[in-house]
Amino acid sequence: MGANQQIDRSKLMSVLWKIQAKKSCIEHDDITKIANEFGLSRMEVEGVATFYHFYHRTHAGKYTIYLNDSIISRHAGYESVKKAFEKEIGVTMGNVSKDNMFGLFQTACIGLSDFEPACLINFKPFINLTPKKVKKIISDIKNGKKPKEICDYPLSKIQYTPEKEKTVFLKPYDTFSSLKYIEDHSPEELIELVKKSNLAGRGGAFFPTGLKWQFCRQNKSDIKYIVCNADEGEPGTFKDRALLQEHPETLIEGMILAAYAVGASIGAIYLRAEYRYLVSDLKKVLQTYRDNNSLGKDINGIMGFDFDIYIHLGAGAYVCGEETALLHSMEGKRGEPGTKEFFPVEKGFNNRPTIVNNVETLCAVPRILEMGVDSWLSLGTEKSPGTKLLSVSGDCGKEGVYEIEWGMNFREFLELIEAKDPYMIQFSGPSGDCLSEADFDRNICKEDLSCGGSVMVFNKSRDLLYILKNFSDFFVEESCGICVPCRTGNFLLNKKIEKLILGHADKKDAEDIKSWSQIIKTTSRCGLGQMSSNSLNDAMVKFPEVFEKSLLENTDFNASFNLEDAVKEYDQIINEISSDYE
Amino acid sequence: MNKLVNIKIDGKSVQAEEGKNLVDVAKENGVYIPTLCYFREINPTLGTCRICTVKLNGKHTTSCTAKVSEGMDIEVNTPELLDNRKAIIEMLYAEGNHFCPSCEKSGNCDMQNLGYDMGLTVTRYPHVFTDKMVDFTPKRMIMESNRCILCKRCVEEVKTKDGKDVFSFVKRGVNTRVQIDYAEEEKLSESEALRAMTLCPVGAILVKGMIHEQPFGDRKYDLLGNDILPIEKDKKVLKGEQEKFIVATTSLAGCFGCHMSLLDIDTDLLDILDIVEFNKSPLTDIKKFSKRCHVGLIEGGCANAENVHVLREFRKKCDILIGFGECAIMGGIPAMRNFVPLKECLEESYLNGITSEVGADIIPGHEDIPKLLNNVYPCNEIVKIDYYIPGCPPNAQHIWKVVKNILLDEEFSIAHNEFKYD
Repeated sequence: MGANQQIDRSKLMSVLWKIQAKKSCIEHDDITKIANEFGLSRMEVEGVATFYHFYHRTHAGKYTIYLNDSIISRHAGYESVKKAFEKEIGVTMGNVSKDNMFGLFQTACIGLSDFEPACLINFKPFINLTPKKVKKIISDIKNGKKPKEICDYPLSKIQYTPEKEKTVFLKPYDTFSSLKYIEDHSPEELIELVKKSNLAGRGGAFFPTGLKWQFCRQNKSDIKYIVCNADEGEPGTFKDRALLQEHPETLIEGMILAAYAVGASIGAIYLRAEYRYLVSDLKKVLQTYRDNNSLGKDINGIMGFDFDIYIHLGAGAYVCGEETALLHSMEGKRGEPGTKEFFPVEKGFNNRPTIVNNVETLCAVPRILEMGVDSWLSLGTEKSPGTKLLSVSGDCGKEGVYEIEWGMNFREFLELIEAKDPYMIQFSGPSGDCLSEADFDRNICKEDLSCGGSVMVFNKSRDLLYILKNFSDFFVEESCGICVPCRTGNFLLNKKIEKLILGHADKKDAEDIKSWSQIIKTTSRCGLGQMSSNSLNDAMVKFPEVFEKSLLENTDFNASFNLEDAVKEYDQIINEISSDYE
Repeated sequence: MNKLVNIKIDGKSVQAEEGKNLVDVAKENGVYIPTLCYFREINPTLGTCRICTVKLNGKHTTSCTAKVSEGMDIEVNTPELLDNRKAIIEMLYAEGNHFCPSCEKSGNCDMQNLGYDMGLTVTRYPHVFTDKMVDFTPKRMIMESNRCILCKRCVEEVKTKDGKDVFSFVKRGVNTRVQIDYAEEEKLSESEALRAMTLCPVGAILVKGMIHEQPFGDRKYDLLGNDILPIEKDKKVLKGEQEKFIVATTSLAGCFGCHMSLLDIDTDLLDILDIVEFNKSPLTDIKKFSKRCHVGLIEGGCANAENVHVLREFRKKCDILIGFGECAIMGGIPAMRNFVPLKECLEESYLNGITSEVGADIIPGHEDIPKLLNNVYPCNEIVKIDYYIPGCPPNAQHIWKVVKNILLDEEFSIAHNEFKYD
């Protein structure tokens, strides 16, 4: 950079957010201005602005409505709610009313699967929507009420925790208590303890946390970062929301402990934009820590331990849950995953050693200190000690957040959530496993059925192909576009599912799905592509009857080509012309 | 020099400098790993095209992003990995619009060359026929996004003197494309602009007025691969004296060039007639099938309802269908109308075109005129096609060789330089 110091690029997204919030759109001139301020070319800023779907280049309405179109919402009455919105504001989905008052858009899962159908209006949550409720909301807004005055405050439905001494996460917490540990223990001792606890990445990757911290500590740098991945984007997941709402103090303390362990001075919570309504509360909690001298300079009287946390707001991109994409996003770039040439603990945020941990992982650390590592290890299974938070939604009696001990029998779990007649369970979200009755006797743990947190239950009345199409639509929408197998591969698989639904697919198409998925899986650049075809392929193995029913015998003629449809446009043109003559 | 480490490439133990790029190490040791986005000068490497995917210690990874270290076990040429590479090239062909015969970069195109290398005759995926922007606005360049494979070379490598990007990715997912920043582009010197064009592995970045017409044979990849000889296979001899093979041919939405090429076999045609009898074909002027055929040769894609009827008829009457020429394989030149609304096409050809008479005001519509389809379709999207012969047109000897191979049940033994897409 040299003498001509530019504005720190990592502020780019928050600048874009400010403009989007103020003007409901980021205009040409705004981009030019930002580009000059940041010393970037116009198009580079344009590239960032068009990557995230909550930034709009055209007016998105003074009141921007994002209706969740996840499968859970679809099953809970999305269609009628969508129609109600369209009727009340007079525009169709994806459009903005003429007076620029309302914009209606659909978006991927907003982390409110236990309250579907749900939407965000100017990022304030509205839950359990019905056509009647929609009518009321819109008329209230038209009468001058602000979304923040009339929105809901969805508190997490905590449905189950194990008996008292076995509960880890969802129980009262004595604020600041874990920080006493660092006053009389060295960072090395803390890392040893985390290693001993066998704590592993709760986002689903299960990378040993202690090892990650150790690597980061070993890398020398002027500055190190702790990043909390609160981008909970996997459809059907909302357990991190519960932690952020119920026990944000454990997260903050987890980050402080991590900072102490690796010697970091700056922390960031990468919060998905869908959770923007949590920001003000989080900021308040952060302030209490600053007031208590537990954030800031010489934390808790430990000379030289300086650490503070800020919140980085995402802007709508599922792929940013991937850690390298997340770091790019924090740097103010397009959220494209990196090449994994370096781990974040070597070269992460701004090329400095960085820890990226999931909310639940960080929250676990103060809890382990609280209960003692031995009682923690006595819970769960050998490879996955402790408990696990699961977000349950779909066709069951009790949707909500469950804290279960790792190792629980799956059938037992289904009884717990009151799933009557479960047919298909999507475990760990669309990129996870598709489970059928054959799996019900398995156990929920790393050794057997491992899980990131999303559990979606579907009963026999649901159309499996429709569900799979919804998942596939999601991946097509959320692929970052940097590598062809994911970008186009998922698009082509989506077309195949469409063909299946229309009854045009034959056995050859089923083989194509399998072999194409394998190509996408083995050649994609990041987890999104590698996992995107999991559910479809699982379903083909576990529910062969559904596919057999929809597959035609192989023929030499492509059933999906319909000559009448193909000449329709021509007929129309010719008809128009001949009617002109008459 | 870094210390030497021991690694294994396809079972062969070799020594290499620690930390060196795997693509380069493999090359030095006689193992070729195809690449497309990889460009030595760009560091860190891009890892966008995924073609160099290998198995490293049992795990799939791109070799351009891998650095060698002690004990690495690398698999490069397993059937699975070879097919993956071919699949990715096919996917790139299917997602973009790669009409080689009309592309300025044909013959100098890295992707086209990889296609030849891999013996690609058709893609296994349906063509997407995208309609992205072709940007003529920049002062010096043209950006043809429909040819762009998003390798990111230009984004990372072309900068102005003050370090700003000239090319940027915009949008995301299937809509991702490279956009030129007009203001920054103006700052590039002539040679920097030309470098951008050369850097582009396909024909997406063009510099106005600088597209040299190079004769066939002089282009970068024209002579490459001539030394690759077909693998000799044991030839099966036909048992006893059989009846002649029956062959039918047709030209759908094509230019008849492939049929012309067919006639270029010259005197060999006499040999062919010894074993082959032509049925329905423009060559014999037999209009209707009079018997079942062994092979049907299809030129051209489907642009109208009559094409579809004929193609379906061929499928019913022929045991084996061979698509020959680009139009039959992927729609070819006629498919370029897929990006123009049908009405505009009709108006252009009957009313506004430079060859229409002054005052022409009729778009003919009559039941005897075959109805146009909304798009031009590759043949394999209507019926199953068994074999493909690429080229525009395919070389005469090549067509005959393929047909003979199929009829005599021989394995393909086509030399690298015998087939061309343009």
